[in-house]
Amino acid sequence: MSTTSIALTEVPASRPFPLHLHEWVTTVDHKRLGILYILLGVIFLAAGGIEATIMRVQLVRPHNDVVSPEAFNRMFTMHGTTMIFFVAMPLVFGFANYLVPLMIGARDMAFPRLNAFSFWMTALGGVFLYFSFLGGDGLYGAGSAPDVGWFAYAPLTAKTFSVGHSTDFWTLSLLSSDIGSIGTAINIIATILCLRCPGMMLGKMPLLVWLNLVMAGLVILAVGPLSAAQIMLLIDRYLGAHFFDTQAGGSAVIWMHFFWIFGHPEVYVLILPAFAFASEIIPVFSRKAMFGYSVMVLATIAIGFIGMSVWAHHMFTVGMSAGASTFFVLSTMAIAVPTGIKIFNWMATMWGGKIRFDAPMIFCVAFLFQFLVAGLTGVTLAVAPLDWQLGNSYYVVAHFHYVIVGGILFTIFAAIYYWLPKVTGKTYSERLARAHFWLFFIGFHLTFDFMHIPGLLGMPRRIYTYEPGRGWDTWNLIATVGVAFQAAGILFFAGNLVWSYLKGKPAGNDPWDAWTLEWSTSSPPPIYNYATIPVVRSRRPLWDLKHPEDPDWRYE
Amino acid sequence: MNAVSVGLLENTLNWRLPSKGHVGMWCLIAAEAAIFTIFVVAYLFYIGKSTTGPQPKDVLHAPIFYSVCLLASSLTIHIALLKIRAGEMAAFARWWLVTIALGCVFLFGTAREWNSLIFRDGLTISTNLFGTTYYSLVGLHAFHVTMGLLALITIALFFFTAKLRREHSDRLEVLSMYWHFVDVVWIVVFTVVYVIGT
Repeated sequence: MSTTSIALTEVPASRPFPLHLHEWVTTVDHKRLGILYILLGVIFLAAGGIEATIMRVQLVRPHNDVVSPEAFNRMFTMHGTTMIFFVAMPLVFGFANYLVPLMIGARDMAFPRLNAFSFWMTALGGVFLYFSFLGGDGLYGAGSAPDVGWFAYAPLTAKTFSVGHSTDFWTLSLLSSDIGSIGTAINIIATILCLRCPGMMLGKMPLLVWLNLVMAGLVILAVGPLSAAQIMLLIDRYLGAHFFDTQAGGSAVIWMHFFWIFGHPEVYVLILPAFAFASEIIPVFSRKAMFGYSVMVLATIAIGFIGMSVWAHHMFTVGMSAGASTFFVLSTMAIAVPTGIKIFNWMATMWGGKIRFDAPMIFCVAFLFQFLVAGLTGVTLAVAPLDWQLGNSYYVVAHFHYVIVGGILFTIFAAIYYWLPKVTGKTYSERLARAHFWLFFIGFHLTFDFMHIPGLLGMPRRIYTYEPGRGWDTWNLIATVGVAFQAAGILFFAGNLVWSYLKGKPAGNDPWDAWTLEWSTSSPPPIYNYATIPVVRSRRPLWDLKHPEDPDWRYE
Repeated sequence: MNAVSVGLLENTLNWRLPSKGHVGMWCLIAAEAAIFTIFVVAYLFYIGKSTTGPQPKDVLHAPIFYSVCLLASSLTIHIALLKIRAGEMAAFARWWLVTIALGCVFLFGTAREWNSLIFRDGLTISTNLFGTTYYSLVGLHAFHVTMGLLALITIALFFFTAKLRREHSDRLEVLSMYWHFVDVVWIVVFTVVYVIGT
């Protein structure tokens, strides 16, 4: 194994393209699979972004008819499903794949072939989903994508109401990506628990590793229920069973429970890696060690536990019993406490630091502010009576986009800029990155700040058009204008990647003067990561190395 | 090259971490347990909600003998592991084959039960909610038994082609964890379907 790997790195780079491609398709290297995951996420980000743009263009003014109501339903279903399962999850898993082994001083993941299998199952899921555009109607030619919403409430998914195969493609797509997710989660946990380099006790792991450990634990517990629900839906649709068939005594509400038992922990699956990026980037750019390491770990574990018991706050409007509603109100509010602790810890890390506002840091600072706002609107929605008023309105849409775009996507951009020099060995353009930041920042706030207001004024989500004169017109126009800024920002981002590929200078091993192990190896790292397995004594092994007179392990 | 090695520390020499096979299998078991939990919850939730017959108490008979066979296979696979660790390959093979046989007997029991439910009682997966939840839950478990049996048979093939050695016992132990899990799930399914459900 290792001999072939070394031989591969010595082959000159000017091989014919098919050979190159074959190498990437058959790879089991955690770094390449990480890059493949991230590329998959970026490609689907473009697809999901186009779908979002179509929706915003349709809603720019009342009585607009850019797309038909049916096409609009397909757009919001595809947008939601794509962004969660084929953008956010692959990006999260991609970074975990790439960084976790490097950060714990390992040469690969615990199960490299399972890793490749998981990636290709995820990719297959994406293919299933988008093939539905062609094959959704069966063999009639013009196809149709799923149009049941990303949480696919019963009975919309019943054979009666969803003829053709669009819902089947949706189900198979999720089932396939679930298998990939569980495989990767198993891999991440086994890697972290079993492959740490000597001296790296659990309490000395970088926070990114800790947060990904808890994230993988949540995937293990939360994705199974989604798979189970998908299997039940398949049995209903293909074998005529009655799980969600209210005509035969089945329950539509139980689908909601099964879906959200997955659906809410999924939010934490996505946000914990966002926290992980912030917890690595903020200390390095504040030139200070992370404030309150052990509290951060405990808060993460608390979020993991509480996150498993808040799902039914998505269902206040269904009419649960008073006891159940009260429980989910309180548990949802309780989760704000460990999350708030984290925000204070990041601020305390920056406090008194010598802050460098490079691109990764400005994205993280915006994340801090935006995630705080997203958390606060989350607390308002946790109040069940207010949720009865605002449930399924654009206020909810604005809230969760604040979390997913303002929180997760901003830190993913930060992470891409932070680790790009390590992954490719080349620098990016700071000027283009700043243009990307400001355009995307302005666009994000135009779209999602103002989207709260029509929600408060009663505009429901998922409507394809609306009557003029309800006070919604201006807000919708502003929200759509914001999309143009976001799209322009994304173009600068893509342009920056191209610039880096063509004109980027060699970045060196450690361009940020950082402290975790991945910066001690070359950029890009060799296929074996470390020629000799490192030995660590503190949470910042590279600090110890650069400051032998004042090492961290004296104080930890 | 690797600048971080600050020399051998005292704890480098006795640096021990859990086996990745065990950790991986525990994670898989946790994920599978989550899937089974949802099917069990659905079964419990739908007890007595079928709008038409047949009802569980009219047609279900607890398969005591076949259940004992499956639970006994946990014991036999454990003995097989003890034998291979002791290097007694022939005894290992005997107990391993007994385990496979017991698993097959269990699946035969399920097949017989389904046969009589379908052709005698007219209960299929689309008849009513009882049929829906019963065949899905028991079927999901039977699917896991089948997967386990395929793995056990693969090991048996390795043995008969003389590729299996004593040092593989750790890997067999990981497989046995899965088999024990399938047995424990059956205890839950049995309780839910044949005790609570009737």
